Amino acid sequence: MASVKFNVNGRPQTVDVVPEMPLLWVLRDVLGMTGTKFGCGAALCGACTVHVEGNAVRSCSTPVQNVSGKNVTTIEGLSTDGSHPVQAAWIEFDVPQCGYCQSGQIMQATALLNKNSKPSDADIDEVMRGNICRCGTYQDIRKAIHRASELKAKGGRA
Amino acid sequence: MNTISTKTITSVSRRGFLTAAGGVMLGFVLPGRKASAQQVGIPPGNLFAPPPAHKPNAYIHIGTDESVTFYITKSEMGQGPATACSQMLAEELECDWSKVRMEFAPVDPASFGHQTTVGSQAVRTAWEPMRRAGAEAREMLIQAAADKWGVNKSQLRAENGFVINPANNERFSYGSLAEAAAKVAVPDNVQLKDPKNYKIIGKAVKRLDSRDKILGKPVFGLDTRMPGMLYATLERPPAFGGKIASFDAAKAKAIPGVKDVFQTPRGVAVVADNTWAAMQGKKVLSVQFDDGPNAAVSSATIRASFVQKASEQGAVARKEGDAVAGLAKAAKKIDAVYEVPFLSHAPMEPMNCTVHARPDGADVWAPTQSPTTTRAVVAEELGLPPEKVNVHVMFCGGGFGRRGEGELDWVLEAAQIAKRIQAPVKLTWTREDDMQHDYYRPASYVEFSGGIDAQGWPAVLKAKVACPSFSFLRDGVDGTAVSGLSNLNYELPDMLVDYRVAATPVPISYWRAPGANQNTYFAESFFDELCALGSKDPVEARRRLLAKTPRLLNVLNVAAEKSGWGTKLPAGRFRGVAVGSNSGSFCAMVAEVSIVKGKAKVHRVVSAFDCGLVINPGILKQQVEGGVVFGLAAAAKGEITLERGRVVQTNFNNYDVTRMDESPMMETHIIPSTERPSGAGEATNPTIIPAVVNAIFAATGKRVRKLPLRLANLA
Repeated sequence: MASVKFNVNGRPQTVDVVPEMPLLWVLRDVLGMTGTKFGCGAALCGACTVHVEGNAVRSCSTPVQNVSGKNVTTIEGLSTDGSHPVQAAWIEFDVPQCGYCQSGQIMQATALLNKNSKPSDADIDEVMRGNICRCGTYQDIRKAIHRASELKAKGGRA
Repeated sequence: MNTISTKTITSVSRRGFLTAAGGVMLGFVLPGRKASAQQVGIPPGNLFAPPPAHKPNAYIHIGTDESVTFYITKSEMGQGPATACSQMLAEELECDWSKVRMEFAPVDPASFGHQTTVGSQAVRTAWEPMRRAGAEAREMLIQAAADKWGVNKSQLRAENGFVINPANNERFSYGSLAEAAAKVAVPDNVQLKDPKNYKIIGKAVKRLDSRDKILGKPVFGLDTRMPGMLYATLERPPAFGGKIASFDAAKAKAIPGVKDVFQTPRGVAVVADNTWAAMQGKKVLSVQFDDGPNAAVSSATIRASFVQKASEQGAVARKEGDAVAGLAKAAKKIDAVYEVPFLSHAPMEPMNCTVHARPDGADVWAPTQSPTTTRAVVAEELGLPPEKVNVHVMFCGGGFGRRGEGELDWVLEAAQIAKRIQAPVKLTWTREDDMQHDYYRPASYVEFSGGIDAQGWPAVLKAKVACPSFSFLRDGVDGTAVSGLSNLNYELPDMLVDYRVAATPVPISYWRAPGANQNTYFAESFFDELCALGSKDPVEARRRLLAKTPRLLNVLNVAAEKSGWGTKLPAGRFRGVAVGSNSGSFCAMVAEVSIVKGKAKVHRVVSAFDCGLVINPGILKQQVEGGVVFGLAAAAKGEITLERGRVVQTNFNNYDVTRMDESPMMETHIIPSTERPSGAGEATNPTIIPAVVNAIFAATGKRVRKLPLRLANLA
C-alpha cells in the first residue's frame, strides 16, 4: 500500500492504495466518482477515458502511481450543469443512446478539441476510433464535435 | 428541466413508492386483460400481456410541488422507452413536458403485470395502457377542479399542467389539484385524443435520460454504491459444461483488499473491498478445472455437425407451391451454402449485479431487461418470498438481448455470492468473462437452391436451415431460428423452407433481431443471386415480387429514390439494396461501398423505415442508424470461435466491433404513418448486412456467403 497524492477536477486527493491499482478503480471505488466507466480493462474501448494534464488517457490501464502529483480531469469535472461546450453540444444533439460509453467519448472529444480546435471528419475519425459505441452513435458524435468546435470558438469555456 | 430521478439508486421500497412525499399517487383501473389482449392481437398470458385487469396501477405521480413523475415499467438500454412511454403518458395527461421526470417502477405484478423489455415490444405494449393511464389522470384532475368550482366538468379543459375554465379563464395547477384528484373515482371509458391533436407524441423531444448520462451521473447498474458494500468477481469453468475440480485460494487471499474466497455453484468467488483487488485475486486463483463432456468441441466439429444435420429431413417452416417441381422446371438454377458464426452481445457495460441479502429480505440493483424474472431468480436462490425482494431497476449500458428473460445468470451468480456475505455485494464481470460466458447469437447454416423462370424472374426458392433452437419447437420448427426466411415477403410461386435442430453445447439466446439477423442476410443475398442469374435489376425484381406487401414496397421505393438507385456513382463505388421486415416494421436500405485493398468500405447508407405511428422521430432515427452500425459489426468483423469446448475470443482486441472510421454517412427516411406503432430496434440491423454484401457483389462479382467479411478476399 502507498499514499498517492494527485488532483482530481482541481481538488487535492490522497489515497492509500496498492500503487498499481488503475486510476479507473481509484476513481470509482475509492473516491466514489463513477462517471468514468469500466468497459474492457485493457485500453481497447475508451469508456474509461480521463485527462491527465490535459491529455486523454485510458484510466483502466494507468496505475495510480503514474498520476502522482498530476492533475486529473474526469467527466464530473467538465461541468456540473452541462455548460462545457462539448457537453452542451452533446445535449443539443441528444447524442447518447444507452450512454455508457459517452463519458469516455466526451473526454476524448474534449482532448481532441483542445489540440485541434477545428477538426475535419477525418481528424475526428482518427482520434475517436479508439472509443467504442455499441449503440452506434458515431454519426451524432461527429456532428456534436463540429458543434462543440463552434461553441468553443464563440467563447464557450473549454 | 427534464431529468431522471435522483432517487434512481436509492432505495424506493414499495411502501415508500406509494407514499412518496409531497404528493399523491393516482391509482388507475386499466382495461380488462381480455379486451386489451384482443385489441393488440396478443394471446393472453404471454410475456407481453397488458397489465392486469381491475388493479390499481401507478404510472403517474403528481406532486403538490407541481412535479410530474412517471414510473416506467420498461427497461432502458438506449432504445428509448423511458422517453417514449413518458411521451404517451404526458400527451394524454396534458401536463407540462418540461416538468416531467421518470423513475423505473418497482417490480409489482399486481399493478404492472410481467415487466420485461424484449422483442421490440416496449412501445407496442405500452401504447394502450400508457395513453389510457394519462387520460384517466387527466379526467380525474378535471373532475377535481369541477368539484372545487362547482361547475360541470364538461365545460373545463386541461392544458399544459392546468385545468382551465374557459368561461372565466380561472385555472388550477395540477399540483394544487393532486390531493383532491386522488379521491375522485377512476373514470371508465376515457376518451383518448385524436392523433391529429398530438403535441408531444410524434415530436423529437430530448431523451429524459441524456442529460444525466452526459454529466456522468451514477445511473447504471455498475455505478451502484451502498454503504459497506463489497466487490466480487467470479472465476468460471472455461469450457461449457465444465466444473471446478479444486482450487487453492492462498495467493488470492494474499492480495491486499481481498476479504474472502469461496466456491459457489457457478465458480469460485473472490470478494474484496474494491473491484481491482477482486479482479487481481481472480487472476491468481489456482483452479483445476474438469472440462467436462465438451472438451473436444470446436468450431470445426460444430460446423461438421451442421453440415450433417442439413442432410437430414427437416420440418416444414414455409411452403408455397411445390419447390421440387419448381426447381425441375426452372429456366436456370443455382445452389448456394450460407453460414454465419456465433456472436457475442458485447454491450459496453459488462454484466454486473449488486445484491444485499438479509434473513428477512433482499435488495437487488440490476441493469436488467427483465425485472420480474430478476426478482424471481433472487427470491428462489435466497429462499425468500418474491415480495420480500426489492429490485432496483438500473439503466443498462446496452442490452441487445443479453440482459433479458433467459439470460440472468449474472443475477443468479450475484445472489449465490450475496448469500455468504453480510453486506451488499456487487458482482462485476470482466470483459473477458463477458466475451467467454455469453449466451451467444447461434451459428447457423443454410443450403439454398433457387431458380428463375423463362423471363428471368426469381421463381423458386428452397432453404434447408440447420440452426440451434432458441426455445421450443412447434411441429418441429423453432419459429425464431427461421425468422426472416419463413416469413419471406416475396411472392414466389414455389417456396420451401425447412428446419432441423442443430444442437451444440454453446449457450445461445436472443441477440438483437433473433433469427432475422442472420436469415435476412441469407435470404436477401440469395435473392440477389437469383436477380443476377436472370440479369434483373435488384430493385426492379424486388418491386415486382413485393406488390402484395405495400408497406415494404413503399420503403423499397423510397430508399431507391433517395439513394439515387440507377444513377451514376463516383468511380469505384457500387450500390447494393436489401429489404427486411421484423417486429411489425418495414425497412429498406441501399448501401454504397468501394473495395480498398481487398476490403469493403461502406461509404453511405440510405434507409427508409416504416414502424407505423412514430412516437419520437429523434429516437427512431437513433435506432435505425444505430442498427446500421450494430449490423455492420456482425457483417464485417464479429466471430466467436470455439476450441477445446471454450470460446477463443477474450476482449475487443480479438472480437472487434464497428469503430467510428467505419461508420458510414447515414440518411434515414421515416415513413409518416397512422398505423399502430410497431418495433423500431430490431428491423434495421438485419437489413444492412445483405445491403452491403449485395453492393460487394456489384463491385466485385464475388458473392460473400460466409461472414464475417474480414475473412473474405475481395481483391
